[in-house]
Amino acid sequence: MTLLDVSQVSKSFPGVRALDRVRLEVGRGEVHALLGENGAGKSTLIKILSAAHVADEGVVTFDGQPLDPRDAPLRRQQLGIATIYQEFNLFPELSVAENMYLGREPKRLGLIDWRRLRADAAALLGELGLPLDPDAPVSRLTVAEQQMVEIAKAMTLNARLIIMDEPTAALSSREVDRLHAIIADLKARGVSVIYVSHRLAEVKAMCDRYTVMRDGRYVASGDVADVEIDDMVRLMVGRSVEFFRRARSGPPGPVVLKVETVTPKRPRLAAPGYLKDICLEVRAGEIVGLAGLVGAGRTDLARLIFGADAIASGSIRLDDKPLKLRSPRDAIRAGVMMVPEDRKQQGCFLDHSIRRNLSLPSLKPLSRLGQWIDERAERDLVETYRLKLRVKMASQETPIGKLSGGNQQKVLLGRSMALAPRVLIVDEPTRGIDIGAKAEVHQVLSDLAAQGVAILVISSELAEVMAVSDRIVVFREGVVVADLDGETATEEGLMAYMATGVGRASPPGMEHRPQ
Amino acid sequence: MTSSPTLSPDPAADQATSPPRRFDPLAFARKHRTILFLLLLIAVFGAVNERFLTIRNALNILSEVSIYGIIAVGMTYVILIGGIDVAVGSLLAFASLAAAYVVTTVVGPSPVSWLIALGISTLVGLAGGYVHGKAVTWLHVPAFIVTLGGMTVWRGATLILNDGGPISGFDAAYRWWGTGDILFVPVPIAVFVLVAALGHVVLRYTRYGRQVYAVGGNAEAARLSGVNVDFIVTSVYAVIGALAGLSGFLLSARLGSAEAVAGTGYELRVIASVVIGGASLTGGSGGVGGTLLGALLIGVLSNGLVIMHVSSYFQQVVIGLIIVAAVAFDHYARTHKA
Repeated sequence: MTLLDVSQVSKSFPGVRALDRVRLEVGRGEVHALLGENGAGKSTLIKILSAAHVADEGVVTFDGQPLDPRDAPLRRQQLGIATIYQEFNLFPELSVAENMYLGREPKRLGLIDWRRLRADAAALLGELGLPLDPDAPVSRLTVAEQQMVEIAKAMTLNARLIIMDEPTAALSSREVDRLHAIIADLKARGVSVIYVSHRLAEVKAMCDRYTVMRDGRYVASGDVADVEIDDMVRLMVGRSVEFFRRARSGPPGPVVLKVETVTPKRPRLAAPGYLKDICLEVRAGEIVGLAGLVGAGRTDLARLIFGADAIASGSIRLDDKPLKLRSPRDAIRAGVMMVPEDRKQQGCFLDHSIRRNLSLPSLKPLSRLGQWIDERAERDLVETYRLKLRVKMASQETPIGKLSGGNQQKVLLGRSMALAPRVLIVDEPTRGIDIGAKAEVHQVLSDLAAQGVAILVISSELAEVMAVSDRIVVFREGVVVADLDGETATEEGLMAYMATGVGRASPPGMEHRPQ
Repeated sequence: MTSSPTLSPDPAADQATSPPRRFDPLAFARKHRTILFLLLLIAVFGAVNERFLTIRNALNILSEVSIYGIIAVGMTYVILIGGIDVAVGSLLAFASLAAAYVVTTVVGPSPVSWLIALGISTLVGLAGGYVHGKAVTWLHVPAFIVTLGGMTVWRGATLILNDGGPISGFDAAYRWWGTGDILFVPVPIAVFVLVAALGHVVLRYTRYGRQVYAVGGNAEAARLSGVNVDFIVTSVYAVIGALAGLSGFLLSARLGSAEAVAGTGYELRVIASVVIGGASLTGGSGGVGGTLLGALLIGVLSNGLVIMHVSSYFQQVVIGLIIVAAVAFDHYARTHKA
C-alpha cells in the first residue's frame, strides 16, 4: 500500500534546475533508501516534502490525498510527515520533554501542566524504548541521543513518515546499530522511513526499497534485496556534465608538503581512529584531490596544515623543514595558503570592497615601513588578479557581497595567489558556482600547478576531483582508505571507497563490510 | 577612485558603474543625515537664543566636546572591531586621579609636573585598557561584561585612592593644558584635533587600520587571512584606555582638580558619538569622520539645551532618546536599502 507518491515534481532555482520531473513512491511501513551523489537533488526533494521549498510543478500524494504545495511546514508535520535534518531542530537549553512537546505542551488553567508534560514524555519514551531522561537538558545529550529526541518528537505528532537525512553521518557504529533497532521498531508500528545515506552497506542491511537520483532526475528504483552495492554505485555515478580532465604538465617535482603521522589536538569527532596519525605528501606541481563524504575529515586535516587548528602529535614539513604552526598567520608566512570551504563565513568580508578583500594578507610588502599602504601598488595588484582570473566586476570599490559566487571565489583565489604560496589548499573550490566559472577555476588551479605550486583540492563532487587531480586520496571516517592515480581512477571506484572503505576491485561476491 | 573598464554585463557589477543618477533629495538626506541634523539644531538654537551663535560659545562647546571626543576616537576603533567599552569614564577618573596623586604628593613641585602627570595618566589608562583587552581575548569574556566590571572596579579604585576626595593644587604649566590656548585655539581642542587626525589617518591609510576593519567585518575570515586577531582586539582596548587617560589629564587641568566622580556618564556620550556617527555596532563599518559629527551633535545639543534653560536631567532623557533613534534609523536604512 502506497503512503507517499511523488510524481513529476520539478523545482528550479535561479540558473539551476534542481529537480526535473522526479518520482518517488514509499509504501506503508517501508524503509526507503533515497540515494544519489552530492548535488543529485535529494535535499531539495526532502525540503519539498517538508514544505521548506515549494515545487514548481508535479503532484505529491500522501495517504491518498494530494498535498497542497503551499502548506506551511507545520501543516505537514500535523499531517504526519516529520523530517530529521542533519542539523537538529532542538533547543539545547530546554529539556527532552519540553523539546518533544514544544508549542503543544499540555495546559492546565492556561499554564503548562509540567507534571503531565513529564509523564506523557516518559510514557512515550518508554513505549519507543528510548533510554532518555525527560528532564535532561538536550545540550547534555550525545548526538545519537539528540537524534532520539527528534524521533520521539516526531512520534508525539503521530508521524506516519519520518525522513532522515544522513542519520548515521555522526554516529559511532554501536549507535548506528541502536538507530537501526529503533527504525525496525518504527517499521513494525507501520511508520514509513525515508533513509538518505551514502553508506550503502547500511542501506543494504536496513532498507526495503531504494530510489536513485542523479543530477536532479529520477534514475531507478527497486527492491534492495535485488541489487548489490556495486549496482547502486553504478546507478549513482555518471553525470550529464563532464569536466575536462586536466592534462599533466610533466613529472611532478620534489616533495613540498609532507604531513607525517599528524593527530589533531581536539578531534571534531570522538570516534576512535578519526584522523589519527595521518600521512600525506604533495609534490611541487602536483594537484592532490581529497575525496570523501562530508565529515570524512578532509577539511579538518586541511585546517591542521593551515594552522587553523592545533595538532597534538606528528609534524608538518615544508621543503623538509618542520613547520611550527600556532595560527594561520604562521602558515601564511611559511608559504601555505588556504581558500576556505565556506566562502561567506570564512572567506569574504561581504560589506568591504573587492580591493580590501583581495589585498588583506598581502599588504605588508605593499606598505612603507610595513604599515603605510601604497594604494597605487595595491590597486595594481588587484588589477593584476582581476585580469588574470577574469573577475567580472564594475570597480575595485564594489563590495564583494555584490558579486556572484563564482566571482567571489575568484577574488579569494586571487587573495591566495597574491601571496605566491608554495602550498595552496582549496576547500570546495566550486561549490555553488555556475558551470562556466567552475571550468575557469579548474584552469586556474591547473596553471598554478604548472608553475610548481603544490595543491590540495578538497571536493565533494567526484567529477571535479577526477578532473583536477593528479592523485586522489580517499578519506572515510577520518581514515585514508585509498591513494589512487588520478588518471586511472573511476567514479565508481571512488564512490565505492568513499561509501564502504573498500574498492570495487575486490573479487565479486565478496562481502562489503562496513568498518 | 579608479574605475576599471567593465568587461561584461554582470548585472550585480553593473549597478556600480551606471552613470551618476539624477539628484535624489531623499537619498542625499539619508546619506548626510547626521550633518543635516546638526545644522538644523544649530539653526534652531541660534534662532531661539542670540548667545548661542557666538565664537565664545562655539569654543566653549568645542572644548566640552574635545574631552569626550578624544575618547570617542578610540571608541570608533573599539566599535569597528565589534567590541564595546563602558569603562572609559571610570578609567578616566582613575588615571587622572592617580596622576594627580603622584604629582602632588609623591613628586612635589617640579617644572615638569605636567609632563609627569600626562605620562602617568596616559600610561595608567593604557595599562587598564590592555587588561580589558586581555580579558576579552584570553578569558573569552564578552567585552561588555569585561568593561562593565571594569567600570565599577576603576571607579572603586579611584575612591580608594584618595578616600573619594578631589586632588588639586596644580601649577600654571599643568593648568595650561586645560585652560590655555595655542593661537586662540584652546589646548584641549588642539589636542582633540590632533588625536582625531591621527586616528583617521591610521584607520584610513595603514595596514593596522585595514586589519581593524577586517576583524570587525569577519573575525574568522581575518584570522584565516593571517591577521593576528587577538593582537588587534587587545590593542584597540589599550588605545582607548590611553585616550581615556589623556582625556582625564586634560579634564583635571581644565577643572583645576582631579575628581573621583570625573567622567561619570562619559561611556554613554562616547558610545553615542560613534553610533550617531553611523558606525555599526556589529563592527566593520564606520569611521572617525562620522564620530566627529556625532560628538559635535551631542555637544551642540547639550549646550543648546543649557542655554535654553532646560534642566540637565531632561538633557539625559533627550540624549538617550537620540541614541535609540539613531540606531533605529540606521537599522531601518540598512534593511530598506532598495
